[in-house]
Amino acid sequence: MALLEIEDLHVSFKTVDGVVHAVEGVSLSLDARKTLGVVGESGSGKSVTAQTILGLTRFPNATISGRILFDGHDLLTMSTEHLRDVRGARIAMIFQDPLSSLHPFFKVGHQIVEAIRAHEDVPRDLARKRTIEALSSVGIPSPEERFNSFPHEMSGGMRQRVMIAMALAMRPDILIADEPTTALDVTVQAQVLELIQALRDDFGTAVILITHDLGVVAQMADDVAVMYAGRVLEQTTRETLFTEPEHPYTWGLLQSIPRLDAPRTGRLNPIAGSPPSLINVPRGCTFHPRCPYAPPPAFETEPALTPSQPGHLVRCHLPIEERKRLWQSLQNEHPALR
Amino acid sequence: MGAYIVRRTLWAILLLLVVSFLTFVIFNVFPSADPAALRAGRNATPALIEQIRRNLGLSKPFYTQYWIYLKGLLEHFNLGYSYYNTESVKSEIFSRLPATISVTVGGFVAWMLIGIPVGIISAIKPRSLLDRIMMGGSLVAISAPVYFLGLVSLFLFAQGTGVLQWAGAAGSYVPITQNPGTWFNSLILAWLTLAAAFAAFYARMTRGNLIEVMHEDYIRTARAKGLRESVVITKHGLRAALTPIVTMAGMDIGLLLGGAILTEIVFNIPGIGRYAYDAIVNADLPAIQGTVLFGAFFIVFANLVVDILYAFLDPRVTYG
Amino acid sequence: MAVAAERTPGAAVDENLLVVRDLVKYFPIRKGLLQREVARVHAVDGISFDVKRGETFGLVGESGCGKSTTARLITRLLMPTSGSVVYDGQDISTWPERKIRPLRRDVQMIFQDPYASLNPRRSIGTIIGEPLRLLGIGDRNERRTRVREVMERVGLNPEHFNRYPHEFSGGQRQRIGIARAVVLRPKLIVADEPVSALDVSIQAQVLNLLQELRDEMGLTLVFIAHDLSVVRHMCDRIAVMYLGKIVELASGDRLYDHPRHPYTGALLSAVPAPKASAGRGRQRVVLQGDVPSPVAPPPACRFHTRCWKAQPICSEVEPPLESKGPRDLAACHFPLTDGEVDALTERSAE
Ligand SMILES: Nc1ncnc2c1ncn2[C@@H]1O[C@H](COP(=O)(O)OP(=O)(O)OP(=O)(O)O)[C@@H](O)[C@H]1O
Ligand SMILES: Nc1ncnc2c1ncn2[C@@H]1O[C@H](COP(=O)(O)OP(=O)(O)OP(=O)(O)O)[C@@H](O)[C@H]1O
Ligand code: SF4
Ligand code: SF4
Ligand SMILES: [Mg+2]
Ligand SMILES: [Mg+2]
Repeated sequence: MALLEIEDLHVSFKTVDGVVHAVEGVSLSLDARKTLGVVGESGSGKSVTAQTILGLTRFPNATISGRILFDGHDLLTMSTEHLRDVRGARIAMIFQDPLSSLHPFFKVGHQIVEAIRAHEDVPRDLARKRTIEALSSVGIPSPEERFNSFPHEMSGGMRQRVMIAMALAMRPDILIADEPTTALDVTVQAQVLELIQALRDDFGTAVILITHDLGVVAQMADDVAVMYAGRVLEQTTRETLFTEPEHPYTWGLLQSIPRLDAPRTGRLNPIAGSPPSLINVPRGCTFHPRCPYAPPPAFETEPALTPSQPGHLVRCHLPIEERKRLWQSLQNEHPALR
Repeated sequence: MGAYIVRRTLWAILLLLVVSFLTFVIFNVFPSADPAALRAGRNATPALIEQIRRNLGLSKPFYTQYWIYLKGLLEHFNLGYSYYNTESVKSEIFSRLPATISVTVGGFVAWMLIGIPVGIISAIKPRSLLDRIMMGGSLVAISAPVYFLGLVSLFLFAQGTGVLQWAGAAGSYVPITQNPGTWFNSLILAWLTLAAAFAAFYARMTRGNLIEVMHEDYIRTARAKGLRESVVITKHGLRAALTPIVTMAGMDIGLLLGGAILTEIVFNIPGIGRYAYDAIVNADLPAIQGTVLFGAFFIVFANLVVDILYAFLDPRVTYG
Repeated sequence: MAVAAERTPGAAVDENLLVVRDLVKYFPIRKGLLQREVARVHAVDGISFDVKRGETFGLVGESGCGKSTTARLITRLLMPTSGSVVYDGQDISTWPERKIRPLRRDVQMIFQDPYASLNPRRSIGTIIGEPLRLLGIGDRNERRTRVREVMERVGLNPEHFNRYPHEFSGGQRQRIGIARAVVLRPKLIVADEPVSALDVSIQAQVLNLLQELRDEMGLTLVFIAHDLSVVRHMCDRIAVMYLGKIVELASGDRLYDHPRHPYTGALLSAVPAPKASAGRGRQRVVLQGDVPSPVAPPPACRFHTRCWKAQPICSEVEPPLESKGPRDLAACHFPLTDGEVDALTERSAE
């Protein structure tokens, strides 16, 4: 059985401009020791999905429905008091901006000690010792001194290590990493990704890795979900996503990035138009205003997320053979996609 | 940090010198009436006025006068002598200091003890009924003038004059050394009156700050690591929300002193505010000058303390 | 497109629109009672390069290595501490603001954060027409027509002339920034991370637009980014910066096929490829530690604290930026060998 199972999750927020449908019917599952990559453009609902797992979107203006099963319990209906035992201890989370995610007025060591003592009744000096161990195992030099640093005294990469150390100190079953390297330089990104891999390999922590960088997904993930306008459009193994993607949006993403691993091309192939409004979501297939293949039914009914083969889910009206043919011809046109 | 404190202190001293100079200019150079004539009283002979002028050094050049004044100020805290009753302004101020300190410190405590908790309670459930009642009430308190609130509270609660007779009446002030219970009872209405507008304003500010802070990323982190919501609010939220309020409070202490003058008048408390008021009514220039300078000293000192405190509270402050 | 890059180096001065020599910018750090200068940020520390007419010159490097400072020096938004910036044969490095102003017509900048660089209280028509107005070009109507033409050209609806920046998405805001930069038909555009804040699908649109405008208007472009694949896609020649210095300078393809400086190699190896075989069969170099502080940069080779090839000499003698192969410049005592390069990149694995 899967470690974490999200079933038909819907999250919407009432705002002055109207109701924002941030997540619309997302189902995902995560197995122990696996990494699930979630990719998608800004505003596609990645963060809202992740935060809802830990009940961090329980705002007065939010409407949430569906089920999130973890360890036999539904996290969506669990009381905040019980959810506290899951937060940090069993499912830990790290965020995109490690500076704003750490409290500016408390020493980083204290912030980790606090996390440990929120779950375990350990004396202060023991928690301190564990914190220093955690800091040192994420490669922070002279951890005893760094224990007393304030976040603003550290570099971006160091702060993200502190966040990972906080997660690591609790040895959670699941680590949710929400764009953990987006704010970091490539060489630092490589360090942080390596740490997350180590966490998974050493402690068997399953990882949900949210990113908009297909390269990061290719390096880290076992399975990948591609999100757009609050929906999963395609979900499959990493292997298949890059060799036989079947959704026009995935093709668009793959074509629009300049690549280092192929000869230079003259012009890129961007996806036309701009991301959809989540208040007035396009009717039918949400991608149809930008889709070069939109056949008539796409304007009326929304396609379901259906398997094209076991373990490969696609939300598109195009017949499977047609999708395979189109991808073939795209590959012939753009050698970089091969 | 050490250099920062030294620099701040030097600034404060410079500021006080500027204030002393300005008050000196305003009170000794600008007045159209001759200070010596004022001092001499109504039916003085020219010879008497001339003698007073010499005694006070009024015929000396202006900068020499300032120098003498400043020297007296620095060496003996000499603020001159009242024109009205020839008492030393310094001793008048010092004798009234305990009453004023009682009023302002008590007012400050009431201000903080009411303003901040009300703000927190409002912020926890914004737009709830409780929030609306408290924020509505705070608007009333902000817009009501001190003397109006003072008179109303005396009318409602004071022994003797009041409907309910709960607290000490106007003019019932006794020093704390004499009887702490009576002291407290005599001042409670003054404190609440003085604090009302400030507390209301600070309740609104605390509420606004805290609501804003509760949307910060680090609050989400605090929740995500499994802290109890009460800890998230009182530790992580308040720590960030109250820090700027400390600075504001430092700056607003000047206003509190202003409010204290009115309060002392309404409640007939023999403090420095009352003294300043009388000095103005009697055109008693040395007394006015002395109280202004004294007030300025307190405001500058409070700001200095707050600046230093802020540097301790917010580790990101560069001591530049 | 690569034509410019293929021209022989060291040709007539004329060929270069911009010549930068030994450019230095230090920012003083002041402290203490008297605000004395106690240290300096070595933001840009002696860099030299040429930009040929019509070419796209790239600057890459990690956060804080001095890319934006370089951009602001060559557009003279900042005054250099020393060194020269020769634009079109004239050394503008010490010109006073008054003398610089006419130059603004020729040299324009595009910024990273499209929103922060647009005045929220001005309609976008006014924003785009601003440079025309400041230089007193045309009358009101002529300016309006020109702004509408430019809006149309960058893919903005000219009917949105009177709308405000907040009504536009990130990608559209960047188009506004580009329209404002090209409305004067400049010769040189310095684009400082123009697509870093955008999503990939929008990023591709903006990159294409920049390329089209460049080709149509014969623009010279200095293109700054931290994303190596974007820089490679856009640029004819590329300079790699580390801690205020240029460590390698080569034509685009050569830099990626044959990096000579270990830092360039590490950068390239750190970029994960978006394909199924990513990371398999290649030796990743994960640099340890952080970039040192630019306040006290390491002596001699600034990269020696993190370089896996470092030898004692690296911390004693500064390697000059010199030729390490045909047309490539690198500043390293022990440049990467072809074998090492193959191990770092994935080519050998295929
Ligand atoms: N508390 C909230 N109230 C109203 N709208 C919200 C709230 N939180 C998120 N949203 C909206 O929900 C949508 C999805 O947001 P989400 O943060 O999940 O996107 P994302 O995929 O993580 O994007 P990014 O890559 O920019 O982080 C956005 O349009 C956002 O504005
Ligand atoms: N006005 C300034 N005063 C002091 N230091 C500055 C100033 N501007 C830049 N710096 C410092 O100079 C160094 C180089 O900054 P610069 O902005 O040029 O880097 P960058 O390469 O553009 O980085 P990024 O990728 O983060 O934009 C940094 O250490 C920066 O902190
Ligand atoms: S359903 Fe139609 S519009 Fe949607 S992705 Fe498929 S082809 Fe395109
Ligand atoms: S000079 Fe030495 S330390 Fe510097 S990059 Fe070359 S090998 Fe590394
Ligand atoms: Mg997000
Ligand atoms: Mg920059």
